[in-house]
Amino acid sequence: MAVRKPPITTREYWAPGHAACAGCGCATALKLATKAFSEAMEEKFGDPNAFAIAQATGCMEVVSAVFPYTAWRAPWVHVAFENAAAAASGVEAAWKKLGRKGKILAIGGDGGTADIGLQALSGMLERRHNVVYLMYDNEAYMNTGIQRSSSTPYGAWTTTSPPGKYSIGEDKPKKWVALIAAAHQIPYVATASIGNPFDFVKKMKKAAKVDGPAFVQVHCTCPTGWKSPLEKGVEIARLAIETGVWPLFEIENGDFFNIKIQPPGGGAKVKREGGKIVAIEFKKPIEEYLKLQGRFKHLFKRPEAIDEMREQIKAMWKVLGVEVTLPKPEE
Amino acid sequence: MPIRTVMKANEAAAWAAKLAKPKVIAAFPITPSTLVPEKISEFVANGELDAEFIKVESEHSAISACVGASAAGVRTFTATASQGLALMHEVLFIAAGMRLPIVVAVGNRSLSAPINIWNDWQDSISERDTGWLQFYAENNQEALDLILIAFKVAENEKVLLPAMVGFDAFILTHTVEPVEIPDQEVVDEFLGEYEPKHAYLDPERPITQGTLAFPAHYMEARYTVWEANENAKKVIDEVFEEFEKKFGRKYRKVEEYRTEDAEIVFVTMGSLAGTVKEYVDHLREQGIKAGAAKLTVYRPFPIEEVRELAKKAKVIALLEKNVTFSVGGALFQDFSRALINEKEKPIILDFILGLGGRDVTFQNLDEVLEISRKALNGEKVDEVNWIGLRKEIL
Ligand SMILES: Cc1ncc(C[n+]2csc(CCOP(=O)(O)OP(=O)(O)O)c2C)c(N)n1
Ligand code: SF4
Repeated sequence: MAVRKPPITTREYWAPGHAACAGCGCATALKLATKAFSEAMEEKFGDPNAFAIAQATGCMEVVSAVFPYTAWRAPWVHVAFENAAAAASGVEAAWKKLGRKGKILAIGGDGGTADIGLQALSGMLERRHNVVYLMYDNEAYMNTGIQRSSSTPYGAWTTTSPPGKYSIGEDKPKKWVALIAAAHQIPYVATASIGNPFDFVKKMKKAAKVDGPAFVQVHCTCPTGWKSPLEKGVEIARLAIETGVWPLFEIENGDFFNIKIQPPGGGAKVKREGGKIVAIEFKKPIEEYLKLQGRFKHLFKRPEAIDEMREQIKAMWKVLGVEVTLPKPEE
Repeated sequence: MPIRTVMKANEAAAWAAKLAKPKVIAAFPITPSTLVPEKISEFVANGELDAEFIKVESEHSAISACVGASAAGVRTFTATASQGLALMHEVLFIAAGMRLPIVVAVGNRSLSAPINIWNDWQDSISERDTGWLQFYAENNQEALDLILIAFKVAENEKVLLPAMVGFDAFILTHTVEPVEIPDQEVVDEFLGEYEPKHAYLDPERPITQGTLAFPAHYMEARYTVWEANENAKKVIDEVFEEFEKKFGRKYRKVEEYRTEDAEIVFVTMGSLAGTVKEYVDHLREQGIKAGAAKLTVYRPFPIEEVRELAKKAKVIALLEKNVTFSVGGALFQDFSRALINEKEKPIILDFILGLGGRDVTFQNLDEVLEISRKALNGEKVDEVNWIGLRKEIL
C-alpha cells in the first residue's frame, strides 16, 4: 500500500504537554515554525536538529518551560522579556566559535518584539547575526493579562485600551515591525499567518535557509485575548488575510521596490503590472473579520471607528505599494 | 617568561581577558571602561585573541548576549561601569540564577544623578544582592590577576556563579602602573579550557534553560545560589593558593596590614587600601596603634575573616565609597551582621567618603582617626560620618 508522505515532518520539537489555552493560535505557530525549521536544517545541513532556540518571556515561554517539565525537544533558552534577540546573538556567536553548524531561532511575542525588545532586535539584525527572529503576533501582552502593545490594532479592546465614553479602544494604528526589520536591509523579511499554514511553513523554511538574519512576523490568534471562539482560530486568521487586515508579503535584502505580495484569496480581485500586484479589490468587508472577536464588539456601535480602520488599512497597503478597495458590508 | 611592563587597569583587564581566552565577548562602551573593549577589539583584529566580539547596542544586550553564549557553553567576558552595570541589573540576577560563570570587569564609577564619571563603588555595591561574586582590585596588577582568579572560581563546579572584578575609575582604569603579564602557558595550565557540564545548547542532547519555576521549586533554586556563594568561600581560598604557587602573588579575601596590637583598624576596598596602608605607616611612626585591612573579596562576604579581624581591634573604621541611604555604607551592614552575635566586639564606625571621585586625603583620614580615637576613649560619636563634605556649599 502506498503511504502518502505527510506535508510536513512528523518530528515534534514543540511537544504535546505544553500548557497553552485550548485553541491557542500561537502554539500552532510555534509547532509549525519548529517543524519548518527542522526541515530546512535537514535540507541545508543534512541534520534536522541543527538549531537552538532563544525565547522571550511571554505566553509561549511560560506555557512551555515550567520546571521540572519542558515542552521543548530542541536546545532552548529563555533569558528575559526584552532580550531574545540579544541572547540569540550570544548563542549564535558561541555556536560559531564551537564550529557548530546550524541556525538559531529567536522567538518573541509582539510585546517582546515591537515594544521593549525592539532595540535588541534592531541591534541583532544590524549586526547580521545568523538568526531567524520569529515574532508571533497575537496583538497584545497576553501573558500579563491582555494589555495593549504597539502591535495592537486600532479599535481593539484590551485591558489598557478599554472602550468607554471617551475611548474607542486602542487609538493608535498598528506598528508594523516587519517593515522596521526590512529597513535593516537584511536578507529576508516576511509576514505570515496561521490562516495560511503552507505559506507560513514555506516562509519559515526560506528564512531558516538564508545566510544571515531573517525576520518573520506571524499573525496568530489568541482566543483568550481576542474573545473569540476556540475552534475558529484558523478561520479568523484567514479572514484577516481575505479582508485585507493582514497583508502577506516578503521583502528580500530590504528591497522595498520588490515587495512580494501574496494574493489574499477570498474572492479578492488582484491587479498586476509587470507581474507585481499593484491593486487589490477586496470582496469581504473587514467586518467579517471583526465580528468573530469580542475585542472589536464595541466597534459595531461606532461605525465611524470601523471606517477609520478601513482608512488605516488602506494607508498601510499604500506603504506596501498597493492600492486597495475595502468594501463596506451590504446593509 | 612573564613580561613586566606598564599599563592602565583597563589594559590589564583586556590582557586578562585575552589570557583567559573567552570564546565570546560582548561589550558596549562606557567611561571609564571604554578602553577595555577597544583593546580587546585590537587583540581580535590582530588575531591575538580568537573570539567572537559582539559589538552590541547596549549593556543590557551585552550581558544578555553573554548569558546566551554562556548558556550555549562557552567562556564569556564583558566590561562596563556605572549606568552600564545598572542597565545590566535585571540580567545579572538571571545570570546568577542560571548559574552561568560569566566574568565582568567593572571600572567602578559613581551613578547619576548628578552625572559623574569618577570613582566610587556605588555601581557594583548596588549589585551585591544579585548572586554575583565580587572582587575589588587595589592596583592594576590585581585587576589582571583577579580577573583570571574570577574565571577560575566562577567555573568551579561547586560554584558556577558569575563574577565581577572592580577597579577604581581613573585612579586605576586610566593610570599607568607596572604590571606583570603572566605566561600564556601558565595561565592555560591554571584555567584550562572551559568545559560546560550544566549549560549547553547542543542539539545532540537538548536541554531547556531559564525555565519558569512555581512556588514549589523557586525557593530551592534561590537556595542553590546561596549555597554556591557559601561554597565559593573555600574555593576562593584554594584558587588564591594555587594562584600564588603558579604566579607568586599572594591574595587573601581579607588582607591585613599591621593589625598586630592595633587598636584602630581601618577597613576599606579597592585602591583606597593603598592610601590607607601608607596612612597606617605614618600613624605607626607616631606610635599610634593603627592597622589596615582590605576586602579583596566582597561577595561572598568573608564573615569568618572579618570576625578574626575584629578580634584584633577595639575600633573598626569602615571607609566606604558608597551609601545605603538611612543606614550608612554597605560594609557597615555587613560588618554589623558578621559581629552582632560575637561575645566581644569592637566599636564599628562608618565613614562615607570619596564619592564621585573626591580625593581621599590624609587630612580626611585624620578626621576619621580623631572620631575613632574619641570612640576609643568612650566618648559618644556618630556611627555614620560623611568625611570631606563641603558643608559651605550645602
Ligand atoms: C522588564 C519586564 N517588564 C515587564 C515584564 C512583564 N511581562 C512579562 S510577559 C509580558 C507581555 C508579553 O507580551 P508579548 O510579548 O506580546 O507575548 P504574549 O504574552 O502575548 O505571548 C510582560 C509585560 C517582564 N517580564 N519584564
Ligand atoms: S492567552 Fe492567548 S496566546 Fe496566551 S496561551 Fe492563551 S490563547 Fe495562547
